[in-house]
Amino acid sequence: MLRRFAMAVGAAVLAVPAWASDLVTDFTLDNGMEVVVIEDHRAPVVMHMVWYRAGSADEKPGVSGVAHFLEHLLFKGTETLEPGEFSATVAANGGRDNAFTSYDYTGYFQRVAADRLELMMRMESDRMVNLQLDDEDILTERDVIIEERNQRVENSPGSLFREQMSAAQYMNHRYGVPIIGWRHEMVDLSLEDALEYYEQFYAPNNAILVVAGDVEPDAVKVLAEQYYGVIPANPDLGPRARPQEPPQTSARRMEYSDPRVSQPYVTRSYLAPERNPGDQRTAAALTLLGEVLGGSQTSVLNQKLQFEAKKVVYAGAWYSGTTLDQTTFNLTVVPVPGVSLREAEDAMDAAVAEFIETGVDGEQLDRIKMQLRASQVYARDDVEALANRYGRALTSGLTVADVQEWPEILQSITGDEIIAAAQAVFDRKRSVTGWLMAEEEVTQ
Amino acid sequence: MMRFVLVFVGFFAALPAWAEINIKEVTSEGGIKAWLVEEPSIPFVALELRFRGGTSLDVAGKRGATNLMVGLLEEGAGDLDAQGFARASEALAAQFGYDSHDDAVTISARFLSENRDEALELLRLSLIEPTFPQVAVDRVRAQVLSGIRSRAKDPNDIAGEHFNAAVFGDHPYGTDGSGTVESVTALTRDDIVEAHQGALARDRLFVAAVGDITADELGMLLDNLLGALPETGAPLPERANEVLSGEVEVVEFETPQSVAIFGQPGIHREDPDFFAAYVLNTIMGGGGFESRLMTEVREKRGLTYGVYSYLVLRDHSDLYLGSVASANDRIGEAIDVIRAEWARMAENGVTQDELTAAKALLTGAYPLRFDGNGSIAKIMVGMQMDGLPVDYIVTRNDQVDAVTLDQINRVAGELLDPEALTFVVVGKPDGV
Repeated sequence: MLRRFAMAVGAAVLAVPAWASDLVTDFTLDNGMEVVVIEDHRAPVVMHMVWYRAGSADEKPGVSGVAHFLEHLLFKGTETLEPGEFSATVAANGGRDNAFTSYDYTGYFQRVAADRLELMMRMESDRMVNLQLDDEDILTERDVIIEERNQRVENSPGSLFREQMSAAQYMNHRYGVPIIGWRHEMVDLSLEDALEYYEQFYAPNNAILVVAGDVEPDAVKVLAEQYYGVIPANPDLGPRARPQEPPQTSARRMEYSDPRVSQPYVTRSYLAPERNPGDQRTAAALTLLGEVLGGSQTSVLNQKLQFEAKKVVYAGAWYSGTTLDQTTFNLTVVPVPGVSLREAEDAMDAAVAEFIETGVDGEQLDRIKMQLRASQVYARDDVEALANRYGRALTSGLTVADVQEWPEILQSITGDEIIAAAQAVFDRKRSVTGWLMAEEEVTQ
Repeated sequence: MMRFVLVFVGFFAALPAWAEINIKEVTSEGGIKAWLVEEPSIPFVALELRFRGGTSLDVAGKRGATNLMVGLLEEGAGDLDAQGFARASEALAAQFGYDSHDDAVTISARFLSENRDEALELLRLSLIEPTFPQVAVDRVRAQVLSGIRSRAKDPNDIAGEHFNAAVFGDHPYGTDGSGTVESVTALTRDDIVEAHQGALARDRLFVAAVGDITADELGMLLDNLLGALPETGAPLPERANEVLSGEVEVVEFETPQSVAIFGQPGIHREDPDFFAAYVLNTIMGGGGFESRLMTEVREKRGLTYGVYSYLVLRDHSDLYLGSVASANDRIGEAIDVIRAEWARMAENGVTQDELTAAKALLTGAYPLRFDGNGSIAKIMVGMQMDGLPVDYIVTRNDQVDAVTLDQINRVAGELLDPEALTFVVVGKPDGV
């Protein structure tokens, strides 16, 4: 069945006009593979992406990093493609290709001239099931991912600390294990580990095809049926149930010292609810809470701590609700020289408490909503970002309808709902507070 | 009455994968030139401004003045203080980006059609009437100092700092544009005002706009926005005299993975062999997984996550640079492989297959860049700064295709100089 959605945003009262011409079409192939087509006919370019509902959080214990390792190995050839031939073919057609792994998904993409879409589908569908690996591929590529870990994590004290904080935040869920893997497990990853993950998760009924750009949905459907539709579904694919968090009852504090730290800071994460299908209001309130507290120069934390108290160089708040399981809400303050981490943390807590007492400034909320409305206009200039939005949402348990309702839900959130969300989420028992330092700081 | 000159309308549809990109060259009544692509389908405009000079305009002893000045443009303008300015731009959902680098101050603006005039008035205030309040100077200075201290402990930044110091010496390119703790601490509000007058002037301005705006409207907009800028700015620096010793400098830093920058003399864009060199670099290390450096250092040996090379064309210097990162006990081997590849290509050149594949990549990928208002505006303003004509867009792929095997192999021998290939390694490398 082919469904066609007009991606209309907002109601008539909005300052930014509703948008009806941005067409998103979605349908499902007989073998269960979902397809999303986003049309943008301004340039004859297409983004072809396959997203798997499988990421590092779907790994079994003991083989951390295998999802990401396999992502690298998918460039090593199939029964019909030599190692490296996939990317070389994309390049020979003037395109670029790459892949990415996160907690909840693994994605592969090629960006090419729109008339090369069929070739991309032929190759991508091939490696969904026909991967050919030998032990030598494994060993060299394992060295590559260890160097990747060196580059991203070992060389960065901030990244090392974030790993430790996540591990403390998640006591049972795999979000506590780094996507790239713990080094001691990465060095032992084997061909069998990679293939086991591949056999379990790489199948059309666990994948989403996103095609964005100068394409017609009917034509995409014909090609998708020809290349992906013929691949049998994996009947053994079970429900995506991963170990969940127990009740979190004790606040955790961590300190990390590293001589490579130049700018100490305080950061705190709170376990927080994520967006759920048909149930996105709390996540929307938390999204706005992040903007109100730390989204810009005029946000509450920056106004109070940077401009008024002059205690921080920078303050920030983040929340990303597009995850399959419970996410986090994060606060960070970077003190000015002469202000201790203790003082900065206390000032941060006082500012948040005062905010909850005072409530949301209506004018600030209007400005944020105006920016969110405008972002719908600016987003139309970047079809790749739209493709990513759908891919992330659909691999995080959401539906196309959830994605399309999200802007309106954000617009409908009130200041009271934001305060209620803040009161619920800022529960110290479910938090981890971290101090990143160059050397041990004397606590008073 | 606006006058605008329709210099060029290109229809590239005959080429595969080309959108029709109709570039108009607009001259406002006040004499400000701009390149424009009208694209009314989305109700916003992407506007890119460049002021040639950038942080290299800093005068002796005032390193970091331009960078700090640019950071302050949105921190107080007209009657608005920093918070007032931020509130106003947020209320309009206008997005302004102010940045600076070695060769330019860059301003990127996105604004909605529905409040275009208000958004541009705000942008005008920040460019023409910034007030540089002392309280903002001190606050943003603290942010810049925090960044400088972070750079001092980042292996990539340390490598860049040492490499530039060794290659460029006293030239502005030899030091980082954000300045040092000492130089930034000593900057006064007067220094900031002076940097503003020197950097933002009509004689060094380049403009590109793409989106929901006509040529007439753009002309008027430009006079209002930029007409009050001073005619001339501060003098540009001299051409740099690069020194590339061919040696390996090790900067000891306690970290598990060594980071290396390497480089040798480059080639000028106007050199008749430029396109041959450009194709050659694509084969050597120009980004794809298929390059020789990626094949030899990563795919075959697993020594790194990424190794790249790039022709770096700056206003006053042309270099051929590269970068790699490997564990301390493996960086030595990575450096040996890179040197060997440099020598191999210098001696034996490339194969016809490699040349054909690189041309296919470059010519196929080029049109894909023109995929949105923001990206087209950035390309157009960059072309103007590089002195390229409007029709470069249609001739560029022909210039790539015109490179022959004989030419590229002659250029390989002339350009690639393994003896001059200079490395800076930051980390605790074994046996380097």
